[in-house]
Amino acid sequence: MAGHNHHHEESFISKYVFSQDHKMISKQFLLTAIVMGVVAVMLSIFFRLQLGWPGESFSILETFLGKWAPDGVLDRNAYLALVTIHGTIMVFFVLTGGLSGTFSNLLIPLQIGARDMASGFLNMLSYWFFLVSSVIMIFSLFVEGGAASGGWTVYPPLSALPQAMPGSGTGMTLWLISMVLFVASSLLGGLNYIVTIINLRTKGMKMTRLPLTIWAFLVTAILGVLSFPVLVSAVVLLLMDRSMGTAFYLSDIHIGGEALDVTGGSPILYQHLFWFLGHPEVYIVLLPALGISSEIISTNSRKPIFGYRAMIGSILAIGFLSFIVWGHHMFVTGMNPFIGSVFVFTTLLIAIPSAVKAFNYITTLWKGNIKFTPAMLFSVGLVSTFVTGGLTGIILADSALDVNVHDTYFVVAHFHIVMGMSAIFGMLAGVYHWYPKMYGRLMSTKLGYAHFWITLVCGYGVFFPMHFVGLAGAPRRYYDYSSFEFLDFVADFNPIISVFAIVGGIGQLFFLFNFFYSIFRGQKSDANPWKSNTLEWTTPVERIHGNWPNELPVVHRWAYDYSNPAYDEDFVPQIVPLKAGEEEH
Amino acid sequence: MKLFILLVVVVGIVAIAQLARVYELTARLRKTKEEDISYADNRLNAKLWLLFMVLFYAGFIALIVKYGDYLPVSASAHGEGVDKLMDFNMYIIIAVFFVVNTLLFVFASKYYYRKDRKAKFFPHDNRLELFWTIVPSIVLAVIIIFGLRTWNEMTGEAAPDALRVEVYAKQFDWTVRYPGDNNEFGLANYNLISTTNPLGIVTKEGIVESLEAIETELATLKADVENERGVLLREKAEIEEELHPSHGHGDGHEMSAERKAHLEARLHEVESALNSGNTTVLSEEAYEAKKDKISRLERHIQRIMEIEDFSYESNLRAWEAGTDDRIVKGEFHLPVRKEVEFIFRSRDVIHSAYMPHFRAQMNCVPGVPTRFKMIPTITTDSMRLVMNNPEFDYILLCNKVCGAAHFNMAIKIVIDTPEQYEAWLKEQAEYVAKEETAPAVEPEAAESVEVVVADSQTAIVE
Repeated sequence: MAGHNHHHEESFISKYVFSQDHKMISKQFLLTAIVMGVVAVMLSIFFRLQLGWPGESFSILETFLGKWAPDGVLDRNAYLALVTIHGTIMVFFVLTGGLSGTFSNLLIPLQIGARDMASGFLNMLSYWFFLVSSVIMIFSLFVEGGAASGGWTVYPPLSALPQAMPGSGTGMTLWLISMVLFVASSLLGGLNYIVTIINLRTKGMKMTRLPLTIWAFLVTAILGVLSFPVLVSAVVLLLMDRSMGTAFYLSDIHIGGEALDVTGGSPILYQHLFWFLGHPEVYIVLLPALGISSEIISTNSRKPIFGYRAMIGSILAIGFLSFIVWGHHMFVTGMNPFIGSVFVFTTLLIAIPSAVKAFNYITTLWKGNIKFTPAMLFSVGLVSTFVTGGLTGIILADSALDVNVHDTYFVVAHFHIVMGMSAIFGMLAGVYHWYPKMYGRLMSTKLGYAHFWITLVCGYGVFFPMHFVGLAGAPRRYYDYSSFEFLDFVADFNPIISVFAIVGGIGQLFFLFNFFYSIFRGQKSDANPWKSNTLEWTTPVERIHGNWPNELPVVHRWAYDYSNPAYDEDFVPQIVPLKAGEEEH
Repeated sequence: MKLFILLVVVVGIVAIAQLARVYELTARLRKTKEEDISYADNRLNAKLWLLFMVLFYAGFIALIVKYGDYLPVSASAHGEGVDKLMDFNMYIIIAVFFVVNTLLFVFASKYYYRKDRKAKFFPHDNRLELFWTIVPSIVLAVIIIFGLRTWNEMTGEAAPDALRVEVYAKQFDWTVRYPGDNNEFGLANYNLISTTNPLGIVTKEGIVESLEAIETELATLKADVENERGVLLREKAEIEEELHPSHGHGDGHEMSAERKAHLEARLHEVESALNSGNTTVLSEEAYEAKKDKISRLERHIQRIMEIEDFSYESNLRAWEAGTDDRIVKGEFHLPVRKEVEFIFRSRDVIHSAYMPHFRAQMNCVPGVPTRFKMIPTITTDSMRLVMNNPEFDYILLCNKVCGAAHFNMAIKIVIDTPEQYEAWLKEQAEYVAKEETAPAVEPEAAESVEVVVADSQTAIVE
């Protein structure tokens, strides 16, 4: 490997389109995710208009949605379609494909000292599956009957029966096909990440010297490889129920004036299969964000991450536990109460490694010397949302309490804060921090500040009040809350929440502008602008194929020797050999 | 309006672009770099963290003050335990929320970058880490034990004398069934659902009625399909071709006399059908759809024939137990302080019966009946006094997305005193099969069946 140079000329197509360079693939994932994210945010603003001011006419709705918003008033079925596709895009395309695809690809080879992924071709394939799946998902918004509308979990029989709602027609079929391709992308990517991390670490890069980002990506990839196949089986069975007359999920159904020829299936089977992926999925989304923030918090606090080994331990513990907690999504499906008890127990156990992580972050800040780059602001924001959102998980994990808040706005508040905001903050932090490794330039700090504070305030402004809405018994996925007197108070909240959502959405323009403007006009970056220890900052700014022009770097220490008293500088890169008599941490 | 929005967006982008240019130029003049965060910027963000913390906490406290009593006092026995557990958990998580967020924001604010300082090198501390592994473990152990105790209380077996009530969901309303005087629900089968039998209760008359309805529909469909003009003409041409081959002698085989007679008879039928004037003209899709429907209806008949006769413990035959069931819509009543066991069913998709005032919820899953028991403790009248709201009503609403009118799918619950409840129940019509066929049941069964001529069928008509 060493001294292997890539001097061959590349055409435009092989460099920018069908590239097998992990850095280019990473950028392709990021740009696709940004486009998908913009779509998902717009969809959420559309349905927030209806929720904030039910029945009011908004010409912008008619402009964008046409017949789905006759006279500017959002149609009921379209409302459900918007909610569903917003959730699907955010969870899968932005926070799974976008987050892991971008940063696992960018950072794994760079931070472990490899020239590229184990298989560049599989990596490219992973992106193209992702892109095709994204295109199909977007396309499904335009078909007859509209996009899938049964919520992002698409529970059958609602999603299995075209008679049940317009969105369960062609839109649903496309949703399922898109999801199969998405899983293919995830599996190709995940296998590649695992193999690369295990096999291609450079000399001296022991597992116990890996940056926490890589540990997080590794566990994320393992979770994905183990759980996504189960989603595929759930999806394929659902496709068969829809089009081949099987009845895996269907039984005793009378709909549209006709008794269907289905007996013996169980809709609950789907939920077990779905959440067997669905819960690890939460950590597939969250762990990379936590890994990214560990790295950024340590670098910008100019302090070693506190409790490196405990952080690895908690990532592993969270990863393991995430496979045995899925039932907490199903406490009110009529499951055996004893099984429910087991899931209560395992779910609440996750709070322990999570608490360890939160306290370790805070101790890392303690007596630090904190540089507030935009990336650092987002990382600190992530710790806050991780704590705030995680705590309400204790309520939801308690089956006796879940009964009364299940599927209410309390749940919406919980997962948007702990998973949505945290993961998005991690992703944005990563973009600001590693932008120089993608484009060789820096993003504007000042615009980053504006972006962060608007996003933090609006994010909490949108989701925090929802706790109260949910505790008072307001179900989620309602088109209008004015039908019941006891929900009249929701009208106090919804306009304010919608204003926060709209301002927060517009605030993302600061990011979009900053991102695209800086590609061309951003300040040129130095090799190591953040004075960081990890290997990616030893590569040239020009981002060559193969990463290092000559020999691969050799690692002599862990990644977190910041403000080590044995050194004058407040950082010691991993490639610096230990001094005589120096002990490694 | 559209133009205005477009204008705002364009002006906004131009403004940001200009600001960025100005910033870029001044940065170049001052020779500052993006990555060198100035003292002023670090201090500004440090202050903003504190400001944010204050605003965030103020907002939270204001919400607690105004909306902290999110729901009225629990109207069910187990709900009191749930509320206690909720309060206990809330105190813990709110305390942790304030402590941890404060530590985070204060540290972030206090330790902002100064050139002359060096951060404390503090990579780990086993005692500290052990401390915050063990303390959360203990707290969580308490939460788990308290939580599971409450859970076990609310999910145990219902008392044998509990009132059993079936809550039946469909897009987009609720139907509630009471078992009647014999205290047994009649067997229900989804194949018998019709406008007059919304739950598909099994009665001999119901079966006959359903079969008749399907046969009638089937006959019409079959007539349509058999008399399709195009198909008949094609068949006619085929038969004629076989009887009188147009090109040569074919392969020389002689047609058997039997075959010939059969073909001629069929030709006659086809011709008379064509001449009868009853022929239909269907598009190919319509023709296929009808044929498909025929096979589905034939399967439906088969499934109805498979409905088995089985006995309940009380030796009532399955299709007699239902005759005194009471079926209500719009609102349903329950007696106060009497345990009720709900049996939830659904006809089409998953719904969820959510009764927030009783801290109760259970999914309604097609094909898989589910249960939930509770003891209502406050009558509607008392709750109106407590709430100081004469309009107040308990409600059961759908909490699992089920389609376009999901947000409107609810039924009123009325908690009565036992006397009020008995009086109300008496007024509800019993479910019986059609009047004229009712006496036609087998003699020995008829004795044990309380045949009530319904004075009103309206209760069960949708």
